[in-house]
Amino acid sequence: MALHTLYEKLWNSHVVHEEDDGTALIYIDRHLVHEVTSPQAFEGLRLAGRKPWRTGSIVATADHNTPTDDWASGIKDPISRLQVETLDANIREVGAKAYFPFKDLRQGIVHVIGPENGATLPGMTVVCGDSHTSTHGAFACLAHGIGTSEVEHVMATQCLLQKKSKTLLIKVDGTLGKGVSAKDIILHVIGRIGTAGGTGYAMEFGGSAIRALSMEGRMTLCNMAIEAGARAGLVGVDEVTIEYLRGRDFAPKGDLWDKAVEYWRTLVSDHGAPFDRVVEIDARAILPQVTWGTSPEMVTTIDGTVPDPEKETDPVRREGYARALEYMGLTPRTPISSIKVDKVFIGSCTNSRIEDLREAASVVRGRQVADNIKLALVVPGSGLVKRQAEAEGLDKIFKAAGFDWREPGCSMCLAMNADRLEPGERCASTSNRNFEGRQGPGGRTHLVSPAMAAAAAIAGRFVDVREIL
Amino acid sequence: MEKFTILHGLVAPMDRANVDTDAIIPKQFLKSIKRSGFGPNLFDEWRYMDQGQPGMDNTKRVLNPNFVLNQARFQGAKVLLTRDNFGCGSSREHAPWAIEDYGFRVLIGTSFADIFFSNCFKNGLLPIKLPAAEVDALFDQVTVTPGYSLRIDLEAQTITRPDGKVIPFDVDPFRKYCLLNGFDDIGLTLRHAEKIREFESRRQAEQPWLFT
Ligand code: SF4
Repeated sequence: MALHTLYEKLWNSHVVHEEDDGTALIYIDRHLVHEVTSPQAFEGLRLAGRKPWRTGSIVATADHNTPTDDWASGIKDPISRLQVETLDANIREVGAKAYFPFKDLRQGIVHVIGPENGATLPGMTVVCGDSHTSTHGAFACLAHGIGTSEVEHVMATQCLLQKKSKTLLIKVDGTLGKGVSAKDIILHVIGRIGTAGGTGYAMEFGGSAIRALSMEGRMTLCNMAIEAGARAGLVGVDEVTIEYLRGRDFAPKGDLWDKAVEYWRTLVSDHGAPFDRVVEIDARAILPQVTWGTSPEMVTTIDGTVPDPEKETDPVRREGYARALEYMGLTPRTPISSIKVDKVFIGSCTNSRIEDLREAASVVRGRQVADNIKLALVVPGSGLVKRQAEAEGLDKIFKAAGFDWREPGCSMCLAMNADRLEPGERCASTSNRNFEGRQGPGGRTHLVSPAMAAAAAIAGRFVDVREIL
Repeated sequence: MEKFTILHGLVAPMDRANVDTDAIIPKQFLKSIKRSGFGPNLFDEWRYMDQGQPGMDNTKRVLNPNFVLNQARFQGAKVLLTRDNFGCGSSREHAPWAIEDYGFRVLIGTSFADIFFSNCFKNGLLPIKLPAAEVDALFDQVTVTPGYSLRIDLEAQTITRPDGKVIPFDVDPFRKYCLLNGFDDIGLTLRHAEKIREFESRRQAEQPWLFT
């Protein structure tokens, strides 16, 4: 019997039609929609006189533009408000399986609300007009970020035009050290293979260290597969997946649940199935990571130093390093642990789930945010995460330490709302992109894990969280 | 979508790797609910000295004289020469919209990020991947040759340099077909509507929980 990787199984079970050149029509089971990349798609449908194919596949929320404080006054920025209202109107017009509008208890970041409501299920194809859709691959879904034309295409046809990707296995074996998390694994991977290292591949994560991760951790990994260039991240189904889904709102119930679980258990790469490329990593060798530049691949360990561009032999790389250091306001050979930060952001679809908040809170508990920190923000990924955290008293821990405890949304991950860095400000952030201006024009982002961000808030600079724990 | 057959266009060089879509079109412009009008804000943070906001009169803003697209010799460029991993980062289709609205039709580079690459074709842009040595040579030539133009023939899949050298390139046959004819994907896909419906019914029977 032929051996198949998980990617091949998912691909094969969704091909509706294939052209001679390998371009395939892939059936889409779940379409997640948010306010930024959908208005032009709805508009396009209307202009062409087309109807959505299956609105029961749509789960929508407003997240990118929504404010994280003072919800009583609504969305003050008129352009943001228009975008959110446009989504309200579009969903009202066409319908959806579920819509969590601004201020709804279940509102939140699109990649948080899908899984937590059981709207993301193993074996599905999931698309969203957002590159971090790769997140959902943690559930053995084929999940792709798509552009707005593709959003329109999926709405109109329930299919996506795709070419089959190559397969890449990131095999992480061994036990992670204390204070080292999924975020450190993925930053380490990106540092190793580069931001284009996964281009053209579907990236599956396997090995004992991955099996030991919670669903939250696996989502963090798959979330950033796109930062390594891979359009899709994947983790095979196991007990952890099934237990996470049990009882979730949109997950199947009763007999259907049993039937579904039976099928889901087949959603793993067959033992010995060939991958196009395999990268092996020893979990024990991974230390807490901190990015120093303006690309996620510009990363080192907490005990490392800012690199010296002069040491780079490749001229394009040397230029890139020099430019990044100038933007980041850093000098070569500076120890990472001597870099002071101005703001701390704990949130985003990478690290805003309940476990992330627990991890950060365990570092913060009984301590105070350092005097030089101008703002330390905790932004839960969804209303449900927020409520859970409050039930556990995490909000009190953060507030007592001097953190701001906010309403859910994308917030300072991309600074489309009022939460942002001022020019020159330096931030320890649990988000996924450290590009120039990502958290506000001139802002300087260092990507870290929730525990490392919390530790930076306490110390006022980057510090090895293992020394605090 | 506008058809693409043959283009003879001025080339502008963007000599940096990993140009991300945040740089191509900064996020504040994503708040628009329209598809057009992004050209004046293409590369906004690099292009202007001030901080751009939607609704500004861009003609009154101070240009950054050091930014390549602001140089007189690259005005009217239709071909953008790029480095590795162009278009990485956010999936925003506003990036190709802005590039197209500015006036580019062709991008030439060593590699492009996946989502950006496919977004280009859906908006009448032709991204071309060439080996590093060819790209290096083009950068060398464009830097020292004012008015440097290339002739791109999609049907023949060739780029012709001013010195007569012809560089072949690969393009996916289906994308080529759509671009040559200006076809929109949705119309083409809906020719298979019957097949999609059949697939859907089968799926619903096998995995009913996906359809509740
Ligand atoms: S949290 Fe950040 S990366 Fe995630 S969907 Fe929102 S803006 Fe995108």
